[in-house]
Amino acid sequence: MPNLRITNVQTKISYVLAGLCIILMIVDLYLIFWVAPIDIVLGNIQKIFYIHVPIAAMAFLAFFLVFVFSILYLIKRSDHWDRIAHASGEVGVVFVSVTLLTGVVWARPVWGVWWTWEPRLTTTLILWLIYIAYLMVRSYAPNKSQGSLYAAAIGIIGFIDVPIVYYSVQWWRSIHPSAVVGPFAESGSLEPLMTKILLVSLVTFTVLFVLLLNQRVFVKKQEDLLAQTLEVSNK
Amino acid sequence: MEFRGKDILVSVPIFGFLLIVLFNFALDVTPNIASHVAPGILWVAFAFAGILTMNRAFVREREQGGLEGLLLSPVSRDAIFISKVISSCLFMFVVEIALVLALTIMMNIWMFSVVLVVTVLLTTLGFTTLGTLFSAIAVQTRSREVMLPVLFFPMVIPILIASVEITSQVISGQSIGIGKWLPFIIIFDALFLLICPWLFGIVMQE
Repeated sequence: MPNLRITNVQTKISYVLAGLCIILMIVDLYLIFWVAPIDIVLGNIQKIFYIHVPIAAMAFLAFFLVFVFSILYLIKRSDHWDRIAHASGEVGVVFVSVTLLTGVVWARPVWGVWWTWEPRLTTTLILWLIYIAYLMVRSYAPNKSQGSLYAAAIGIIGFIDVPIVYYSVQWWRSIHPSAVVGPFAESGSLEPLMTKILLVSLVTFTVLFVLLLNQRVFVKKQEDLLAQTLEVSNK
Repeated sequence: MEFRGKDILVSVPIFGFLLIVLFNFALDVTPNIASHVAPGILWVAFAFAGILTMNRAFVREREQGGLEGLLLSPVSRDAIFISKVISSCLFMFVVEIALVLALTIMMNIWMFSVVLVVTVLLTTLGFTTLGTLFSAIAVQTRSREVMLPVLFFPMVIPILIASVEITSQVISGQSIGIGKWLPFIIIFDALFLLICPWLFGIVMQE
């Protein structure tokens, strides 16, 4: 029986992470709303960029982690890797949802439409659908171990599918050219101060991601511990 | 396997045909837009017919406990997987021929060409490769009829785009994008033909 107890050190680490995250978040928000220069062309709406971009980056990281830990799980069959993959999938879906929502809010004033079938947007949307299916398979599976196996298979295929989806929508759109410019298009013209604040934002949201991931793994561990205890006491 | 049960051999083409009829009313297809919307209608009909077919792929085994027997028999998982893919493919081809004929007649579009046949063959192979793996997963879950499309559709969007693009170019008599999209489908097929049997073996261990 694997040891699922949560040690003191782990608890301390999550407190430190949470504290660090709160401090960074306050600093980051201050930088974004008071320090960052206001974009001449786009105005205030440009500030969403500092939240949108890091969250999108973290979402992609999350799905990469799902891929890596799914493979590890299939090789080692240790529940530990499965818990990390599952937690990462959950946090990833939340982050992609926020990415899509902030993107929609940004697109309306800047591009004049809520949504456009631009390659990066389309890929993100399909990504969101794939990982919702990933989470659904887990909860619809007949039992936990089968759910883990199925989810691992989808986590692997889904991640392999992402670049294919991206190239296909890019080619698809290149036949019907669109005037829309992606949010990364202007990154070359970013002011140095903007770049620095973006980096701070990136660090902040990385800490937030690690914190959330850590907490989810924590909770899943306790759920498994509870299930184990119940099993023992029922015997 | 599927040919033994006559019900599905009739119901899937009829379902696909109904889709074409429905699209005709939903999009109000007039002769001048027919060539523009036909590729989309054709491939949506294929995809939905595919979902119906794949949904059936493991249901029979599941209902009668044949899956355990199949897994206990001294046949490798790869062989089971490949044979499932081949049988679904053959069934889909029959359905697709019927649907292409129906679309040709209903919308007055001439779309027969070697390129289109190759595209249909390759895309169907890709569909059924992914579909067989997902069907094996979905059949075990609750509400499997919903689970399969939720898994299947997002993943096959790339080859669906590719085949719609090729079809519309074939209909309009162009060939600019075919040299790009056809290898794309081949790469997609090859990639998932390598990965899916491996994952199928793992998923089927229980």
